[in-house]
Amino acid sequence: MADTVASRNGTPAASAAGFVWGYRYGLLLVVLPLLLIAGGKAGFVSNFQFLQLSLMIVYAIAVLGLNLLTGFNGQISLGHGAFFAAGAYTAAILIDQHNWPLWATLPMAALVCFFAGYLFGLPALRLEGHYLALATFALAVAVPQILKYRHLEPITKGVMGINVFKSDPPFGLPLSTDQWMFLVVLAVAAFMFWIARNLLDSRTGRALIAIRDHSMAASTMGINVAHYKAVVFGISALYTGLAGALHGVIFEFVSPDSFRFELSIAILVGAVVGGIASLPGAVIGGVFVQVIEKYADALTKQISAAVQLPLELDPWLIYGIVLIALMYAMPTGIVGGMAVLWRRLKAMRGL
Amino acid sequence: MVAAVAERVAAGPSANALLNVQNVSVRFGGIVALNGVSFDVPRGAILGLIGPNGAGKTTLFNCFSRLYIPNSGDILFEGRSILREPRHAIPRLGIGRTFQNAALFDGLSVRDNIKVGCHASTGNGFLTNALRLPARHTEEERIGKRADEMTAVLDLGSYAQRPAGGLPFPIKKRVEIARALAGAPKLLLLDEPAAGLNHEEVDALRAQIRRIRDAQNVTVLLVEHHMSLVMSVCDKVVAIDFGKKIAEGTPAEVQKNPDVIRAYLGTGA
Repeated sequence: MADTVASRNGTPAASAAGFVWGYRYGLLLVVLPLLLIAGGKAGFVSNFQFLQLSLMIVYAIAVLGLNLLTGFNGQISLGHGAFFAAGAYTAAILIDQHNWPLWATLPMAALVCFFAGYLFGLPALRLEGHYLALATFALAVAVPQILKYRHLEPITKGVMGINVFKSDPPFGLPLSTDQWMFLVVLAVAAFMFWIARNLLDSRTGRALIAIRDHSMAASTMGINVAHYKAVVFGISALYTGLAGALHGVIFEFVSPDSFRFELSIAILVGAVVGGIASLPGAVIGGVFVQVIEKYADALTKQISAAVQLPLELDPWLIYGIVLIALMYAMPTGIVGGMAVLWRRLKAMRGL
Repeated sequence: MVAAVAERVAAGPSANALLNVQNVSVRFGGIVALNGVSFDVPRGAILGLIGPNGAGKTTLFNCFSRLYIPNSGDILFEGRSILREPRHAIPRLGIGRTFQNAALFDGLSVRDNIKVGCHASTGNGFLTNALRLPARHTEEERIGKRADEMTAVLDLGSYAQRPAGGLPFPIKKRVEIARALAGAPKLLLLDEPAAGLNHEEVDALRAQIRRIRDAQNVTVLLVEHHMSLVMSVCDKVVAIDFGKKIAEGTPAEVQKNPDVIRAYLGTGA
């Protein structure tokens, strides 16, 4: 038990320092997408599958944003879907109503969400634990209603939502739109993960973790706790908002009902399932969010048809079972569970 | 060094004091935790703050690091009041501290804990660190070097990469001292450094406190219950009881003071 506690406590430090992005990862980041694109050209990977991959990466960025806030700084949020929505709408409005190019909308959406998060983070400084959870939850519940608000309809288009047109690949590149967007999303994600890793492996990251672990001691070390907490709220919202903007673009549509509070919960579940204070955990969490959303429903129906159960299964049954099983088997998330498994394997080989 | 300190201690309250505690009172609701406490901490001294449980020692400590604000009185550090400073500005002035129950950052390694101690003496912000600007490299190198120095001073080399959360309590207390020293404070506040230590560990601590004072050039103020440690390591002792100062002087003087004996042993009536 003492060992698991130590390893759990070790995850942030280990992931900050140990997650080495050497040349190998850089190479992987170039070779893997090229292979996929080649696969796409040869007809092995469909456009739909590129879209699925892009969505996984988008959710990974969103989960990473929540990880920075909750995993590394100890501030819980049940409302990150709100920042996701803010990013998506910023991008959609700029592209649809102001004809902004994609490359300009992404930084703008990020900036808008940073300030939204920072401003929300300021009053949130007074709240901790359950109270912060509740305040952020309220945000998640409110945002779809605000987007539907009658007097905002000229901008948000109300319940109708906004159609966003994907930009075609530039320079006449011989790629499909989905393939091109996959590359864009991947590049953005690589850059954002690089930024997160840099932040964590520095004075700033140590201060964030120090605040999480013992905020009073952190303040006596000279850390301006209020400043750090508000800024990291902004950064976290920036990540999730950027993910939202990318989602809006690759999905070609935004509407209030795409961003109901279930989305906030899905992001939180992704963060916890992947590994709450871990960068690789965010990637796994992103994949989990997309896969479960896509297949849990279908899988439940298939199973109930296959075994001809006498009772009707709820569509989200698989989701619940998977979640319970995962949390039981790997209480520190998939990354934590893998680390434990790996250590056991090594110990066994050592014997 | 020691002779010079003794001279300064003998000279009594002076402008040369690093810290002046002036008539400090703290009340929590109706309870008076500190009642007009005054004393000076001479530069370069090791001063012991003693008193029975609940006497107000930790309350006073918490005023020095601005966790509490006194209801009246003033605390001057190098002649300047610290009461107007925000809490996070205190270490930058040159005051470092440890906690009674070893308030480490459990998720960070020992080395990273010590690095956090450098926070006040470094300044890179979010953007510099996020984008790996050249300033980040220079500063990280400086912090790393300082952390290694402090690791060596407190004999923590073999623990440097271990997460702080799983360490035995006596090691945690040493990490705390290293973390506080990393910021190169002028005044080091030690809150019961001997609590939870065995005999040999207290002996080692005694030597460490002296060595730290001499080599790191800091003034030490310690709250302690361990009388033999206080009496052997301190140049000056201040005793408080029920929030009031009852004695001040050399260890020998304070030990003989009838009020101190009464506070610790009861009146025996």
